[in-house]
Parts: sequence; C-alpha cells; structure tokens
Amino acid sequence: MLERIWRMVVKEFIQLLRDRRMKGVVFGAPIMQMLLFGYAVTTDVNNIRTAIYDGDNSYESREIVRRMISSGYFTIIKIMETPREADGVLDRGEATMALIINHGFAADIKKGKPTAAQILVDGTDSNTALIAINYAAKVAAKFSRDMKAPVSLGAPRPVIVEMKTRAWYNPDLKSRNYNVPGVIAILVMLISLLLTSMAIVREREIGTIEQLMVTPLTPVELILGKTIPFAIIGFFDMALVSTVAVYWYEIPIRGSLILLTASTAVFLLSSLSFGLFISTIARTQQQAMMATFLFFAPFVLLSGFMFPADNMPVFFQWATLANPLRLFLVIIRGIFLKGMGLDTLWPQELALLALGVTFLTLSVMRFRKNIG
Amino acid sequence: MRIARVFAVAKKEIIQIRRDPLSMALAFLLPLILLFIFGFAITMDIKNLKTVVCDLDKSEVSRKFSSDLSASGYFKIVNPSVNYRDIERHLDSGAAKIAITIPRGFSEDIRLGKPAQIQALLDGSDANTATLAFGYLSAATDMFSAKISPRRSAPAVDPRMRVWYNEELKSRNFIIPGLIAVIMSVIAALLTSMTIAREWERGTMEQLIATPLKTTELLIGKLIPYFLIGFIDMLVAVSVTVFVFGVELKGSLALLLVVSAVFLFGVLSLGILVSIITKSQLPASQFALVITFLPAFLLSGFMISIINMPYALQMITRIVPARYFVTIIKGIFLKGAGLDLILSDLMLLAVFGAAVFAVANVKFKKKIT
Repeated sequence: MLERIWRMVVKEFIQLLRDRRMKGVVFGAPIMQMLLFGYAVTTDVNNIRTAIYDGDNSYESREIVRRMISSGYFTIIKIMETPREADGVLDRGEATMALIINHGFAADIKKGKPTAAQILVDGTDSNTALIAINYAAKVAAKFSRDMKAPVSLGAPRPVIVEMKTRAWYNPDLKSRNYNVPGVIAILVMLISLLLTSMAIVREREIGTIEQLMVTPLTPVELILGKTIPFAIIGFFDMALVSTVAVYWYEIPIRGSLILLTASTAVFLLSSLSFGLFISTIARTQQQAMMATFLFFAPFVLLSGFMFPADNMPVFFQWATLANPLRLFLVIIRGIFLKGMGLDTLWPQELALLALGVTFLTLSVMRFRKNIG
Repeated sequence: MRIARVFAVAKKEIIQIRRDPLSMALAFLLPLILLFIFGFAITMDIKNLKTVVCDLDKSEVSRKFSSDLSASGYFKIVNPSVNYRDIERHLDSGAAKIAITIPRGFSEDIRLGKPAQIQALLDGSDANTATLAFGYLSAATDMFSAKISPRRSAPAVDPRMRVWYNEELKSRNFIIPGLIAVIMSVIAALLTSMTIAREWERGTMEQLIATPLKTTELLIGKLIPYFLIGFIDMLVAVSVTVFVFGVELKGSLALLLVVSAVFLFGVLSLGILVSIITKSQLPASQFALVITFLPAFLLSGFMISIINMPYALQMITRIVPARYFVTIIKGIFLKGAGLDLILSDLMLLAVFGAAVFAVANVKFKKKIT
C-alpha cells in the first residue's frame, strides 16, 4: 500500500511541476506576496493629511498647529487662504482633515473665554477618521490644560484624573506584528486549498481519471496520494513565508517552534481536506475554482484578520468557529506574539483536527460513490 | 473585424456557459452571498471592549468611574473586581482586552485636590483596536474629571469635530461599496481566466483555429457573455447595497454604471490574458486568484489606507485596477462625486483595460504548437 501511495505521490509531483510556471506559482508567488503584503498590512495611522486655515495668526494659533505637527500623527499638506477652501480639499481627497482656526482664537483664550477650533474630518474611512479625531482631541485637551490661566488661590481646584496607559505584547502598537502572521496563514491556505480543489476534478475533466481507476489503487490510496504532495508543498511554503516574516519583518516568535510546526500540520489537514471535498463535488475545474473562492473569501474576511472577530454578531462568532483560518489565526498569533502553549490553545487545535477529519471522511465517501 | 463572427463566438460561448449551470449559478450567487455575509458580519466599529477592573480603592468615586466607563458603551466590564495578580491571566487568555486598575488612595487624592491616577493595561496585539481604545479611555477619563470637578470648568479650547461624508462613522458605509469593488475584480477574473485555457486543454482550440476567426473577434466574442454576467452582478450588488444595507448612493447611478463597465472590461480582459498565457486551467486558476483577490483586498485602499504604506508599495498599488475602482465607487457612494472628481481615475481604468486587451491580442497565437 505504501509503495502504491508513494508512486502516486511521485506522479503528482511530476505532473504538477512539469509546468515551469507552476513552480513559480507554488514557490515564488508566496514569497513575492509576503514581501508585498507584509508592507501593506499596517493600519497604523500616522500621516493624517491635514489642511490648515489659520485666520487668527497669533502665537496661540501657531502653537496649536505646531503641537499637532510635533505629535507625529499629522502631516500638514496645505495652508488654506480661506476656510471655504476646505470643501474642495476634502472633496478631492487631498486631505483627510481640515483644521480651521478663526479670528479671535487667541483673544478668547486670553480673556479666559472658551474658544473653538473647527475640525473637519473625511469619514469615508471611518477607522482612520476615528483615530484622527482621537489624536486631535488629545492635542486640543493638552493644549487647553497648558493654556489655562493659573487658578487663583482659594478657589476650588478642578479635579485632574490621569489615565496611565500601557499596551502589552506589542508595546509600540505596531499593527504589522499582528497582521503579518495573518498573511502567513492566508497565503498557505490559498495555495493548499486551490491546488487540492482542482486535483481530482482535473483528472476527471482531462479524462485521465479512468486510467487511475484501472490501476489497483484503492480510493483511500488515491486520495492520500493526491493530498500528500500538496501537504508537502504547504509545509514548504509555510516555512518559506514564516522565514520571511521573522527575518525580513522581524516578527518575533515567542512560542515554541515545535508547536507551530504541529499546528501547521493540523491546519493543513483541515485546509487540504476541505479542498479535496470541493474537488469531489465539482464537475469542472471552473466550478472548482469558483467554489473555492466561495469558501476562501468568507474564510479570510471572517477570520479576524483585519476585522476583529469580537465585533461580529454573535451568530457569526459561532459560525466562524468552523472556519479553519479563524482557528489557525488564534493559534499562530498566540504562538508568535504571546508565546502561548498548548495549555491555552488546545481547543483551537482540537477543533481544527475535527474539521480536517470530518471533511476527509466526507471526501472519501463522496469519492467512493462517484466511482460506483 | 466582422460583427457577425463576433456574435457567433458570443453565441457559442453562451451555449457553453449554459451547459455548466452550477458555474453560472455561482457566477450570479457568489457576489450576492458574499455581500450578505460581509454586510451583516463585518464591522470595524468598536463597541463592548471586554474590560476587567481591579478596584483597590473600593470607594464611591471609584465605582462611579467604572459605571461611567460601561455606560459609555465602548467598554463592557466582564469582571468588576479582579485580583491584581489575575490581570495577567485575563489578558493572556484573551478573556479581556483591557485591565483597569484603580489604586488605593484614588478617592483620597481627589478629595485633596491632587492629581489622581488610574492605570490601564491594554492587549496591544491588535494595534488598531488598542489605538481606538486608548482614545476612548482618555476621553472617558477627561469627561469624568470634568464631571466631578467642584466648579464646572469648560476647557479652554473646544475642538468642534465634524465628520463629513459618513457622518455616523459607520464602517459599513465605507466597507460595503469597497467590497463591491473587491468582489467584482475577483469574479470577473474568475469568469474569464478559464475560458481560453479550457479550449486548449480540451482540444477544442484546434476547431476554433480552423475557422476564419480573427484574434480580436474571438476575444471580443468571448468577452461579451461574461461582460453581461458581470454587469448584472454589478447591478444586483449595487441594489443590495442601497436597498438592503441602506447605504445611500449620493452620486449618480448612471456614472457608477459607466465606471463599472470600464472596470469590468479591464478585469475581464485581465482574466483572458491569464488564460492565454497559461493555456492550462490549473495554473490559470492559481494566477487569477493570486493576482486579483489579495491585491484587491489589501492594496486597493478598500480598508487599509494607501497613504500609510511605504512609497514603493504605493507605486505598486497603481497597477491594481481595483484601487481606482475603490476610490471611484467610494467617491460616488459617499461623497456624491461627479465626473470632474473621478475623471483621472476613470481615465487610468480605461487605459488599464485597453492596455491589457492589447497585450492579450498580441499574446494570443492562432497556431498549434
């Protein structure tokens, strides 16, 4: 039996890599994508393009602008002549934010009267807008505190409660550390899912499946022989992109490398058997590809990659527990960033394993039926 | 070019498509299913951040602070009295994202008029959520200070924030129009990436080559049916966005459809080009997904602002057609942008489509090798 599976594996490798471009797709593309997307997946907001109108032109108004620049979050791209220019600047998307300081700003502050600075924000990207508002509010609050006239003796002092905040696991709050492990998982899933989903249907469409049928291969052997090459490729790609993540992007691996390898195996099992299942259902390669995308896109978007899973409606939070990518993301982020061990990650590992075994069984059953 | 021959190819293609009803069903259902899933499931709005509080002061003021936090709606206090030593465990396991410690002497400091401190620990692994949480925390703290101050003192500078285009800052409003662009780039490329490769793989290309068809006629004939499918998909997607998800279409529908047509022509041609180059369905499918889905998802500005990317990568995003379409579709939906605002992006989309089609034309060899 082992001999037959081995022959089948060899045949698959020959068939797959005979096409020179497939080598590129299988080994080159993941690295290329990692290099590109690793740079892309940063949601850090630190270049909020800001247009400024300073109608007061006083020490105070220049001071608040200076503080905004030195906060590091705002880039002044334009000094406007009139406040009305803000409309066009935001419409054309030249700036994300417009700060308008009207005449009388400094005079009000000196008199101790509350004064206003108007801030317009482009809300098309609500995430960036929220962060921009937060930063601007912070600068304004600090400025207010510093500009306030000293409290006269005897008068009740205002209460000051300070919030000291500290972030764990990722003290610099770099979103890249959080997102690059996600890209690893997505790339490995894309390649393994797509390759397997085409595997059997391809033989069927070209007509070579009959040749396989007349061999003494049993369905289990055939499926194993089809899957093992992709498992090997999956492992290899995982190693490649993880290496890029660690050495190029300097993402730390705080947990155990052995656990990461074992988890990859479980993840690949689920991903490959899912692909296989699609392959036993689809009649043409076109169907297989579209079905793959039908599953792959929700897997990615509902995985907690970029869109936090905690914010989803409860129903989806439950439904996505059957999403191998979501489970693996918890594992890979846990191992990379928090150094988690099996004691906290076992539920995810078990769930992945269960998914893999279920779909593998289903595929073997479907495949048997198809032959009959 | 003879129109009759173009239509003959289109007709043949339609017959072939109809023979594969599952693929056709998927072509229509995919965008719909995806839009529904994402429209209901995806949100970047942050609410109910899981928070634990370690209240060492145990005073009326400290309890007031906790209840103010949870009343803001951004924080959900899952455990109001944890041990200081257990904080680490809560953050490690992910049971909480934020741990707030109110030190002993907090109420005493406030009574004496000394600055009082609160410590907050955040799970920073998701930097984006943490950044927003920081902002909410400091805002809540400022409000709390002002509220319990003996003399209501208005801040010297009151930043009057106004948000344009998406007043309630609903992430759905900016995600869904962008999502249409992402879904359509993939669907379009998936539709056509197999069409030429399949003919080669099944051996029917020889029959086509034996006919007097010109390359351009063949390509256009092949494009027409998929263009129709793509355009119907687009109409359905826009209707769902407006009528089901209630995203207001502020701009002109006609303009949106014109842009969609230009975009579809470009990505469908891209699919054809992939099909011509690979000549075999397996690599064609790999290529098509690799060059469309993740670039459209990550490099289009759909949800990650391009402006924050390194300069070299910003240049690379310029060859991603979805980038232009995302900008335009968000502009038309949210800003009510007219032709004048989107013209340059539209021109670039048109150039992209024409260039890809031209390359496909050159690359296609009507020869058997």
